Amino acid sequence: MSDIVERTLTALPGLFLQSPPGSGPAAAKAPFSSRLGGLVRGVTALTSKHEEEKLIQQELSSLKATVSAPTTTLKMMKECMVRLIYCEMLGYDASFGYIHAIKLAQQGNLLEKRVGYLAVSLFLHESHELLLLLVNTVVKDLQSTNLVEVCMALTVVSQIFPREMIPAVLPLIEDKLQHSKEIIRRKAVLALYKFHLIAPNQVQHIHVKFRKALCDRDVGVMAASLHIYLRMIKENASGYKDLTGSFVTILKQVVGGKLPVDFNYHSVPAPWLQIQLLRILGLLGKDDQRTSELMYDVLDESLRRAELNHNITYAILFECVHTVYSIYPKSELLEKAAKCIGKFVLSPKINLKYLGLKALTYVVQQDPTLALQHQMTIIECLDHPDPIIKRETLELLYRITNSQNVTVIVQKMLEYLHQSKEEYIIVNLVGKIAELAEKYAPDNAWFIQTMNAVFSVGGDVMHPDIPSNFLRLLAEGFEDETEDQQLRVYAVQSYLSLLDAENALIYPQRFLQVMSWVLGEYSYLLDKEKPEEVINRLYKLLMNDSISSETKAWLIAAVTKLTPQAQTSSTVERIIQEFTGSLDTCMRQQTFELKHLYENVEVMKNLLPVNKSCEDLVVDASLSFLDGYVAEGLSQGAAPYKPHHQRQEEKLSQEKVLNFEPYGLSFSSGFTGRQSPAGISLGSDISGNSAETGLKETNSLKLEGVKKLWGKQGYLPKKESKAGDETEAPPVPAESTALENVDQAVPKRDQAQVLTQSREEREKQLLASSLFVGLGSESAINLLGKADTISHKFRRKSKVKEAKSRDVASTHNLTCPSLNSLSNVAYEENDYLTTLQDRGNTEAKEFPLGSELLVSESVSELPLAECSLSAPALFADSDMEVFHPPASAAASIALASSFLEETTEDMRSGPVEVCGDETVTVSSYKLWKEDCLLMVWSVAAKNGSELKSASLDIFPAENFQISEQAGCCLPVTEVGNTKTFQYSLQMESPFTEETLSGSITYQMVDTHAVQLEFSLNLSLLDFIRPLTISTEDFGKLWLSFANDVKQNVKIPEPQASLLSALKTLQQKLRLHVVDVRGSEGLLACRLLPSTSGLLHCRVHADGLSLWFRSSCSALPDCLLYQCQKALEGS
Amino acid sequence: MIQAILVFNNHGKPRLVRFYQRFPEEIQQQIVRETFHLVLKRDDNICNFLEGGSLIGGSDYKLIYRHYATLYFVFCVDSSESELGILDLIQVFVETLDKCFENVCELDLIFHMDKVHYILQEVVMGGMVLETNMNEIVAQMDAQSRLEKSEGGLSAAPARAVSAVKNINLPEIPRNINIGDLNIKVPNLSQFV
Repeated sequence: MSDIVERTLTALPGLFLQSPPGSGPAAAKAPFSSRLGGLVRGVTALTSKHEEEKLIQQELSSLKATVSAPTTTLKMMKECMVRLIYCEMLGYDASFGYIHAIKLAQQGNLLEKRVGYLAVSLFLHESHELLLLLVNTVVKDLQSTNLVEVCMALTVVSQIFPREMIPAVLPLIEDKLQHSKEIIRRKAVLALYKFHLIAPNQVQHIHVKFRKALCDRDVGVMAASLHIYLRMIKENASGYKDLTGSFVTILKQVVGGKLPVDFNYHSVPAPWLQIQLLRILGLLGKDDQRTSELMYDVLDESLRRAELNHNITYAILFECVHTVYSIYPKSELLEKAAKCIGKFVLSPKINLKYLGLKALTYVVQQDPTLALQHQMTIIECLDHPDPIIKRETLELLYRITNSQNVTVIVQKMLEYLHQSKEEYIIVNLVGKIAELAEKYAPDNAWFIQTMNAVFSVGGDVMHPDIPSNFLRLLAEGFEDETEDQQLRVYAVQSYLSLLDAENALIYPQRFLQVMSWVLGEYSYLLDKEKPEEVINRLYKLLMNDSISSETKAWLIAAVTKLTPQAQTSSTVERIIQEFTGSLDTCMRQQTFELKHLYENVEVMKNLLPVNKSCEDLVVDASLSFLDGYVAEGLSQGAAPYKPHHQRQEEKLSQEKVLNFEPYGLSFSSGFTGRQSPAGISLGSDISGNSAETGLKETNSLKLEGVKKLWGKQGYLPKKESKAGDETEAPPVPAESTALENVDQAVPKRDQAQVLTQSREEREKQLLASSLFVGLGSESAINLLGKADTISHKFRRKSKVKEAKSRDVASTHNLTCPSLNSLSNVAYEENDYLTTLQDRGNTEAKEFPLGSELLVSESVSELPLAECSLSAPALFADSDMEVFHPPASAAASIALASSFLEETTEDMRSGPVEVCGDETVTVSSYKLWKEDCLLMVWSVAAKNGSELKSASLDIFPAENFQISEQAGCCLPVTEVGNTKTFQYSLQMESPFTEETLSGSITYQMVDTHAVQLEFSLNLSLLDFIRPLTISTEDFGKLWLSFANDVKQNVKIPEPQASLLSALKTLQQKLRLHVVDVRGSEGLLACRLLPSTSGLLHCRVHADGLSLWFRSSCSALPDCLLYQCQKALEGS
Repeated sequence: MIQAILVFNNHGKPRLVRFYQRFPEEIQQQIVRETFHLVLKRDDNICNFLEGGSLIGGSDYKLIYRHYATLYFVFCVDSSESELGILDLIQVFVETLDKCFENVCELDLIFHMDKVHYILQEVVMGGMVLETNMNEIVAQMDAQSRLEKSEGGLSAAPARAVSAVKNINLPEIPRNINIGDLNIKVPNLSQFV
C-alpha cells in the first residue's frame, strides 16, 4: 500500500508546477466552491512564513465579510467553514466563525449540518460558552428519524459536550442503546463512555445497561463496551470479578475463530478486541488466584494460537505476556511468556526489540534471571543509535541496580545524560541517578562526585526534593559518626575546589545553594582552610550579578554561620557595608541581622553553634514569656484577647449584610506567606511589634514563626525548614547499604568463551559481567529481591517509631495543623509492620504497639446486628394525613420538633465480607462516629484454625485521611481466630463515591504469610453528620457561605410531599431538619470534620426546588446528587 | 485513550490536526511543531515509538507514528493503548483513505480535508477506537457519499430528494453473528438481558 502512496506522491511536485504561479490572489475570482483549492495553492506557492501569514489574514478578512453578510447562503457557508477549518489548522484565529459553525449545524440540511458539526467539534472545547447553543440542535437530531443525523449527533456528543448539559441528552442516548442499528448502538455506548469520563456521577445508574451492551449480539457494540469496562475495572477491579467468566468466554470464542471472517485483520481474528480483553483480564486477575485460575486456559490458547506472521500478532503476544505476568503466577505460562519475551528481544525488528525491553523492564523484578539471559542483547542496545531504545535500556538497568553494579550503571546513565538536551529526559534521569546514588553508593568520594554531576547537569530543572534530601542526608548522618564526618569533609573539599575553578559561575543556582549551605555548616571540619578564606570565596560569588537573589540569601546565611568562627574578618565588614543598602529587602534584612550579630560576638556564638543543625530547639509554644506583658496590658485596660474566628463571628452578628471575611483572610495569610529565606526573622522582635502580634496570632502561627528563625537548620529557607518535619521518610543512608552488601559473594560470570571472541566482544562481555553482577546466583537474587528491600525499610524503623510517638497526641486532636502528615505516618507504619511480618515471628513480638491492648467493646460485639441506619420512624402513615397542606403553623412546629429527635448513639453498618480465601474471611463494617468514620476490619480464621499474626495495610488514597485508632489494633487476639483493625477516616475533599483499598497479610500457625487485597466503596454519606443549629444561626451561616447550587427536582404530588421529602432526606442523608415553615424547609449538615452544608427547599407547583450553600465549593454538587438519588428512590 | 492525531508532511505543514483532549490553541500549534521536530530527527529504520515528553503529558504518553512518502501520521496515546495495536490502526486508517480516495495522496488530504475528518470519525470517536474493520468504514463512507449525490439533486427536485434522504438507510452489512454456532454466548449475563 505504501508503495502506491509513494508513487502517487512522487507525482505531486509536477501537479503543483502545473498550477499557475501567483494563483492565490487570482483565486478570489474563481467560482466559490474551488476557493479552498485556490487558498491551498496560494499557501503552497509561498516561500516564507511571513507571506503565508499575510495571505491567510487576507483570506480570513474576506471570509469574515462573507460569513456575516446576510446574503450568504448556507451552501456558501459550508464552503467558508471548510476554509475556516483549514486556517485554524494552520494556527490562525478564526473565532469569528464559531457562531456561524453552530448556526450551520442548526439550520443546514444534512450535508451542511455535517460540516457544521465537524467545524464545531474542531473549533470549540468542552467549556466554551457557545457550546450551550448547540445543545438544542443535538437534542433535536438525536430524536430525528434519519440515521445519519442521529449518527452525527452522537459523534459530536462523544467529541465535545458541556458537562452541565448532560442530563438534557442522557435519556435520549440511553434509548439509543436499544436501537435496531448496531452502528447507532455502538456510538451510543461510546458517547455514554465519554459521559462516564467527564461526569461519572451522572451515569452511575446505567451501569446495568453497560452490561447489556457487553452481551449485545453485535460484536462491534460489545467491543465498544469494553472501553468502559477497561476503565471501570482499572478504577475498581474487585467490583467486576463476576464478569471474569464472560470475558474469558468471549476471548475464547474470538481466539477460536468463531467470529465472522469480516473481523479478521491479516487473518487474525479481531486483534484489537483480543488486546482489549487481555488487558481487562490482566487487571482482573491481579493478585487474585481464584480469578486467575479461570483464565489460564485461554491465555495458554492465545499464546499458542498467535503464529508469528504479522505485526498484529506480536501486539497480541505482547499483551498476553503482560497479562501472564500481571495475574497470579502459573509456572507453565510464565515459561512460555519468557520465551515470547526472548522472541521480542532478539527480533531484528526495532519496534519489537523496544517492546521486548519494555517487557523485560516489567518482569525483571519478578524474574531477574530473564535479564541475565539476554544480557548481551541489552549491552548492544546500550549503544543503539536509537535514543528511545537506549533510554528503555537504561530504565531496565535502573531496575536491576544493586550495590555491586551501581557504579557501572550510573556511569552509563551519566553518559546518556550528557548527550541529551531535552529537559524532560534530564529531569527524569537525574532523579533516578540521585536515587540510585543514595541507595547504593559504594564510597564517599563516588557519592559526592555523582551528586555533583547530578547537580551540575540537573541544575534548576530537577525535582527540588533532590537537593533537600541530599542536605538532610549530610546533616542527619547515619550510624557511624566518623563516616559522617568523612563524608562532610569530602563534600566541603570538593566544593571548595569546584569554586576555585575558573568557571565556578556556570553552576546552576541550586548547586550553588547546596554548596553554600554545606560550606556554611561544615567548613569548620577542615583544618588547613581558614573560615576567612571560605568567606572570601562566598563573597566573590555574592558580588556576581548572575547569581539569583535566592542564592544570595543562601550565601549570606552561610557567611553569617561562618562569621563567629572567623573572629574578625574584613570581608564580613565589606559585605555588611555592601548590602545594608541593598534594594532587595530580603538581603537587606539578613545583612542587618549579620551586622547586629557581628557587633556582639558572644550572642552570635550562642545563636549559631557549630554543627548543631540537627538539634531540635525547645520552643515555648504557649508564649509564657509574654504573660507579664499581657497582664500589664490588661491592667491598663486593654481588651482581652479573642481568637480570630470569634472576632469574625462577632463582626458577622453585628453587621448582617456586609461580610468582612476577605480582610481577615489576608491578614493571616499575609503573615504566614512571609517565608522567604530570611523567614519571619529578628526584625519582628527588634521592631517591637512582636508583642502585638503575639497577642493577635494563634499559638501555632507564632510557633511557626519562631521555628523559622531558630529552626534546627539554622537559616535554611522554606523547604528546608519544612523538610525538618520528622514524619517524612529519612534519606537512605548510602553507607549502611554498602556495608550490608559487602559480604555478598561476587559471582563470576562464566568466561570460558571469552577467549575465542574478538576483543570488542570481550569488552562487551566485561561490561555485561559488571552490569549483571549480583543477578547471577540464586543467593544473589535473594539478596537483591528480599534482603535488600527489608534492610531498606528497616532503616526507617527508628524514625517511624519516633514519628508515631510524637504524633499520638495529634491523632486525637483532629484540628491540629500537623494532621495532614498523619495518613503518611499510618502508611509507613503499615509498611513497617508488613516488613516485620516478613521477617518472621521473633520480630513480630517486638511489635511496638504492644499486645496488652486487647479486645475493645466493639470487637466483643462481633458479629454485628444488621444495619441500624434507619432512624426510628418518625411518622406513621396515618400521621402523615394530618399534615396535608396547607399545614397550619402549629402543626409545622410540632413536626419540626419531632424532626429534631436525632439518634444520639453511633450508628453502624452490618458487616460485609470484603475478601477471603479458604482459610480466612475478612469482613468490615462502618461505624459512623460523631467526629469521624470508623472503619473496622476483622480477620476471622475459618474452621477453628489459629491465626498467628495479621496486619492490615491501607493503600494511600488522596481523598482520605486515614489514621489508625491508637490502642485498638490487636496483634494477637486472645480468641486466636479473629483479629480486628480500626481506622478512622476523614474526607480530604468532597466526592460522591470513592474506593478505599488495601491488603491484609496474615499468617497461620504453620504456613507462610498470605496477602489478600480488598477494596470497598465509601460514599459521601458516610461523612455527613447532622448539624444541629437554630434557625437564626442557619440564617447567619447562609449569608456567610459563597458557594451555592440550585436545582429543581420533580417529585410526585409536590404539595403533599414536602414533609415526606424532608423525612427522606433526614433518614437517608442524615441531614438535620432545622425548621419547616409553610412550603419551605431548612436542613443542615456537617461534612466531617467541620464543613457545614445548608439546604433550603421549597415546594412549588411542579416539584421541589433545592438550594444548597456551603463554605466548600464541591460540597453542594455532591449533596445535590445524593439528594436527587434519595428523592428519586423514595 | 488517544489524545491527538496529527498528520503533517515532510516540511511540517499540518494536514490533519485532531485533538481529543483540550489544549489551548497556542499549545496545539506548539505540539504540532515539536512533534514534527521529534519525528523528523528519526530515521525510517528506527522504532516507531517516541516518548512525548513534557508537552503532551509526561511519561505516560507515547507518540506512535508512521511515515508514508511525504506524510507523517502521528497518534499520541496514553498507556491504556497497545503500541503495536495503534501502529496497525494507523495502517488501517491509511488503507481506508486509500480505498476511499482511490490511491490517496497528500493532495487528497488537503482538498478533501472535511472528508478525511469524516473517515477519521468512523475510525476513532472521541479518542476511542470505534471501528477497525476497513470494509465497515468504507461502507459508512459510501452511505454518506450517496447522501451527497442525492443532495446534489436536491435543488432540482426538492420533494423527491427530501424523501430520498428521509428514507436513506445505512447498508446492511452481513455481520450478524447470531446464527447457529456463531452466536457469542455470554453465560453469566443472562439475567441482565
